[in-house]
Amino acid sequence: MELTGAEIFVKCLADEGVEFIFGYPGGAALHIYDAIYRQDAVKHILVRHEQGATHAADGYARATGRPGCVLVTSGPGATNTITGIATAYMDSIPLVVFTGQVPSMLIGDDAFQEVDAVGISRPCVKHNFLVKDVRELASTVKKAFYIATTGRPGPVLVDIPKDITAHRCAYDYPESVSMRSYAPVTRGHQVQIKKAVELLLSARRPIVYTGGGVILAEASGILTDLVRQLGFPCTNTLMGLGAFPGDDPLFLGMLGMHGTYEANLAMHECDVMLAVGARFDDRVTGDLNKFSPHARIIHVDVDPSSISKNVPVEIPIVGSADLVLAEMAEALRDSGREPDKEALAAWWQRIAEWRGKNSLAYNHSDTVIKPQYVIEKLYELTGGDAYITSDVGQHQMWAAQHYKFRKPRRWINSGGLGTMGFGLPAAMGVKFAFPDDQVVCVTGEASIQMCIQELSTCKQYDLPIKIVNLNNRYMGMVRQWQEFFYDRRYSHSYMDALPDFIKLAESYGHSGVRVDSPADVEGALRDALARKDDLVFLDFITDQTENVYPMIAAGKGQNEIILKPSDEPSEIDERELA
Amino acid sequence: MRRIISILLENEAGALSRVAGLFSARGYNIQSLTVAPTEDDTVSRMTLVTTGSERIIEQITKQLNKLVDVIKLVDLTEGPHIEREMMLIRVRAVAEQREEIKRLADIFRGRIIDVSETAFTVELTGTGNKLEAFLGALPRSSILETVRSGVSGISRGEKGLRI
Repeated sequence: MELTGAEIFVKCLADEGVEFIFGYPGGAALHIYDAIYRQDAVKHILVRHEQGATHAADGYARATGRPGCVLVTSGPGATNTITGIATAYMDSIPLVVFTGQVPSMLIGDDAFQEVDAVGISRPCVKHNFLVKDVRELASTVKKAFYIATTGRPGPVLVDIPKDITAHRCAYDYPESVSMRSYAPVTRGHQVQIKKAVELLLSARRPIVYTGGGVILAEASGILTDLVRQLGFPCTNTLMGLGAFPGDDPLFLGMLGMHGTYEANLAMHECDVMLAVGARFDDRVTGDLNKFSPHARIIHVDVDPSSISKNVPVEIPIVGSADLVLAEMAEALRDSGREPDKEALAAWWQRIAEWRGKNSLAYNHSDTVIKPQYVIEKLYELTGGDAYITSDVGQHQMWAAQHYKFRKPRRWINSGGLGTMGFGLPAAMGVKFAFPDDQVVCVTGEASIQMCIQELSTCKQYDLPIKIVNLNNRYMGMVRQWQEFFYDRRYSHSYMDALPDFIKLAESYGHSGVRVDSPADVEGALRDALARKDDLVFLDFITDQTENVYPMIAAGKGQNEIILKPSDEPSEIDERELA
Repeated sequence: MRRIISILLENEAGALSRVAGLFSARGYNIQSLTVAPTEDDTVSRMTLVTTGSERIIEQITKQLNKLVDVIKLVDLTEGPHIEREMMLIRVRAVAEQREEIKRLADIFRGRIIDVSETAFTVELTGTGNKLEAFLGALPRSSILETVRSGVSGISRGEKGLRI
């Protein structure tokens, strides 16, 4: 029996096991929307802006490990997905984005709502396709999911002209894909793994530094076992939080620009570094010339181009983190040897001294709400077990620092691209995947306004997300940099003319609560979390002058970390280095 | 360091722009780039000449390999290889110049492939240096038009770039 392209498309999604597709209709996608109407295997979630669709699909993918799915129309529908696609690309999130396109015969004619979606998205997708024949539609969809989810995951865009969705052919969804030009390596090189274990056993000041790759490869369990077996200190990147239990004594906290003192100094002074699924980005390394000067580095990554890109490494291992770590653990057991206990004890002694600085400490206040305090209470009340999404800025850093993630896939944030507006739609995607779990969006009054329209989607689908708005009336991180590096000239970082968030939430059909006293923080959080069926918008009026510490200024070395205001060098002029 | 990278890629629309886009997005140099289908018309072969430090070249080859359309590649400059480039050049040729240009073309083993009353068109094949030497040997004012193919390369001996 022959089906239309639109019917084939929807059947492909069902056969691929797609639960939800986040989207927004429009002319070029109408045949597909008609086919969606006539089935119930795939649930379409109507967002309020295409950017919201991509972030929601992204949040779904980060929380579940399954690919997120997006459907939009041509032209502005396609361009509005670009921020979300780039966000997923930077964090290696599997996303498949379907864009409607004007009919084939009009392509290139500057037709109504025509844009070169393949061309515009090319630099921020893992791969993309333009479907030119209905007979290639099913196999292209299969390839898109295959490419998005294998190797180093990433977004794939498929552009489908409207006439293709009307053409007919027989339905045949391939069971598997084999591509001569794409075959990601998963198993690590045996000799390299043996060498790595030798180096680990010889270490006197070791550190394990892991990133988002461990979470993507579902390697948290094996990582945790291996680190405990070795007794080595472990630090996670912003993207890697939750891969190793945040409350484990072997955990040093996050590293990098706003990482802990102990994590950054242990990185700086280590003699052997095991880097897994992390990519040595500038927010982690600071000044490359001063980065971990004594370290002999083992780097495990599924993407060969991540290895020795920024920092030359001694033992590169290309492979999936789960398989490589498992083989490392096995090689370690087979060796029957243990790390140098004495050296390790001395190393931990040194780390304990750094820890003693208590670098995440902040000054409590009885009169004004400290943002860190809100996160601490949120952590206590949810037992470190909630799904926390965030936007970008100070609130993101405080959430990363003070919420001790115990499990992978619980911390959902835009690490690489740093996309404001990510948090709320991402929380929707998570809530669709896990309706019975607590999903909290930690945000700020600037970020939340970038995708605020999704409150309407939350109403339509009854998504009882909790929004924790750390409202300091400033773009806090911008203000912080202006305070440090621009002589307190707060150029355009003050958020004037803010909406009344309580009324705003109410007008979308939700509840809002304003909290302006520290004494009310815990109660307000407790009440909101207990309201299982309501979206509650908690507007915390926080200290306007609070800064994120510790801080390694852009372009500084790990050991030039600033702890508290009193530690600040008197003359900082780093404005060229941002 | 100058490198010649040979790439087999899927003969798909857009494959070329993926390679070109990668170079501009990451700030790598392209000195020349040629591409055409091979004996297997589903596969194109590209020869790309670039410059960069050891580290940059390693990144370039890794990033190219990461492109889904790239099937296989080799850095020809890592082993013995042959490189050739073709140039067509139209030269003003009147009166006694005609004999002189003909002689020069012969010395460089060029062929005169078109003749008009006032000009010759010469076809010349060789390394970039040879083409430049020929251009240098001609009086600057006599050169009317040139077009170069960009470098093509192939490795010597048994080893080759095949699927």
